[in-house]
Amino acid sequence: MVTNLPAIGTQFLIDIPALDSIIGGLRRRGYEVLGPVVRGAAVVYDAIEGVNDLPAGAGDEQEAGAYRLTRREDGALFGFVLSPHSWKKFLHPPEARLFAARRDGRSFRLLNGGPAPPPRYAFLGVRACELAAIAIQDRVLLGESYSDATYRARRQGAFLVAVNCTWAAPTCFCTSMRTAPPAEAGFDLALTELVSSERHVFVIEAGSRAGAEVLAEVERHEASPGDRLEAERAIAAAKASIWRKVNTSGLRELLYEKFDDPRWDHVAQRCFTCGNCTQVCPTCFCTTVDDSSDVTGQQTERWRRSDSCFSQNFTFIHGGSVRMSAKSRYRQWLTHKLGAWVDQFGSPGCVGCGRCITWCPAGIDITQEAAALRADEEIAIGKGDAI
Amino acid sequence: MEAIELEQDQTSQVDTFQPVPAVVSQVRKDTPDTFTLTLEPEGAEPLPSFLPGQFSMLYVFGVGELPISISGDPQEKGKLLYTVRSVGKTTHALVSRKVGDSVGVRGPFGKPWPLKAARGKDVLVVAGGIGLAPLRPVIYYILRHRADYGRLVILYGARSPRDLLYQKQLDSWSRLPDVQVLTTVDYGGLSWHGHVGVVTTLFRYVRLQPLHSVAMVCGPEIMMRYVAWELEARGLPQGDLYVSMERNMKCGVGFCGHCQFGPYFICKDGPIFTYREMRPWLGKYEL
Repeated sequence: MVTNLPAIGTQFLIDIPALDSIIGGLRRRGYEVLGPVVRGAAVVYDAIEGVNDLPAGAGDEQEAGAYRLTRREDGALFGFVLSPHSWKKFLHPPEARLFAARRDGRSFRLLNGGPAPPPRYAFLGVRACELAAIAIQDRVLLGESYSDATYRARRQGAFLVAVNCTWAAPTCFCTSMRTAPPAEAGFDLALTELVSSERHVFVIEAGSRAGAEVLAEVERHEASPGDRLEAERAIAAAKASIWRKVNTSGLRELLYEKFDDPRWDHVAQRCFTCGNCTQVCPTCFCTTVDDSSDVTGQQTERWRRSDSCFSQNFTFIHGGSVRMSAKSRYRQWLTHKLGAWVDQFGSPGCVGCGRCITWCPAGIDITQEAAALRADEEIAIGKGDAI
Repeated sequence: MEAIELEQDQTSQVDTFQPVPAVVSQVRKDTPDTFTLTLEPEGAEPLPSFLPGQFSMLYVFGVGELPISISGDPQEKGKLLYTVRSVGKTTHALVSRKVGDSVGVRGPFGKPWPLKAARGKDVLVVAGGIGLAPLRPVIYYILRHRADYGRLVILYGARSPRDLLYQKQLDSWSRLPDVQVLTTVDYGGLSWHGHVGVVTTLFRYVRLQPLHSVAMVCGPEIMMRYVAWELEARGLPQGDLYVSMERNMKCGVGFCGHCQFGPYFICKDGPIFTYREMRPWLGKYEL
């Protein structure tokens, strides 16, 4: 049907109307297109109908415990760095009904099987660290023996449009976690925004046949060596501006060794155990279930909801919770994220997006905590403090 | 007797999160707070088979769901037995089921006891309290395949004589050849003429062949640690000692994250682990 598909990996140049056509092409294919929009005082991910919904000229300032939307003069569509939302919101939704059941004499019957049919999502603006986060959740939720039906259905149907970062926030540390741009795999289309006083264009490439088919429909021309260099330089500049670091070498072993380190008491004095970090984290996957019945007790539903290892109930068994103290819960989160995850799924559970740093009301910084554990000899004898 | 396959088959086509109703055909009071429920299929579809040591997620309509080890005979097809101690809302609802009521079942899940690795060896079963329940399928299995195993030693401790599970069965097993059954309680009372003390005090009565034995241990974590130390001191290799672990679980298949224990998910990497795997983590407070 479609002939002369653009070759996968070949870079083209498109303008803003062409990007609008891509969104239109995805919508015509039945995708619900989701992308960045400004809501309140933040960029979040929500439904979009065209480029006019994108946050033109929106930027952001992020620091530990601080986020502020800013105005950019250049009108960039992807001039902000990261939304407090991640695509997890759609792929591994915070609430999902597992089943509904009706009392049937002394037994029960499930009503109409399981979850509702999954939406077909197209995500516009998936950053390289977010692609890495999706790949991590794939390893968690699409296991060899079991796979999560809700996640699988949403993930299989998803169309991913990556955007290579050309700005970084001070909270970014993707370069430490090997998830930095450019996006190399796992996308259908990848964009790099080039914005200057002369032009506002995108370097684009297809990463899959589905991506090539969408790209084939829009006006484009092959990117010149100059265009490609400009994109590479913009990405390189963003990466070069990243200063937060995590030394991942031997980190898993270090965290296991530091189980009784006094640093955990130090961080526990600051941590509210609010769970913000686990909510904004694009890889945190923990859930709980709630059973709720109607007033007659004849019908019940089970909902799966996001849960957090920072809640005391998380480890409740007969006799009480295993992790009572804030210290033990922060330790579990950090040790799992940067350590145990490697044993469980072959890579750390952290992609260096920095959301947990930005959205922590106490400004706790995972990179500082990891560094402090490594340097704890000094702290233990009171010579210094990483904060 | 048809042999059961000791290999795992965890591939599941049905939706992992949907409980299947099964009817309670018997409720047996084991102790003042512990009951054994026998579940049978509601319709024509048979209940799944299980391996000793595996657990199911049991669901009470509108109340909640819990992981419970299977305590019946793996070769008695079509039935699943669960021994449940009433400690909270959902376990209370479970033990309050009457014959004819239904309970939702998911699973079985988890890795089994090492009955294959134990072939040709003596088997030491060490249980504390309700920890005997996940080990009873091991005893059934060994007694049905008597020639495949050496001596069977069952050491069982409970808080008081009335907290001992399966007392008649323990008596009858103790009269079988090559089976040694020893029980002990923390508090005896006037009518108790047996051993008093923690379960490790029974080791002095056991002739252990440390390089020719497999130990399977289930009980409170502190009890399992002391049993492990005692057996290690007697020369049993760490890899021949197995423990059954317990944590909060919401899914049973490694998705909910609740049962994490160091690098492990108790539900899918366990609940049965070698002591070699558990040793670095057991006893770490608030792990």
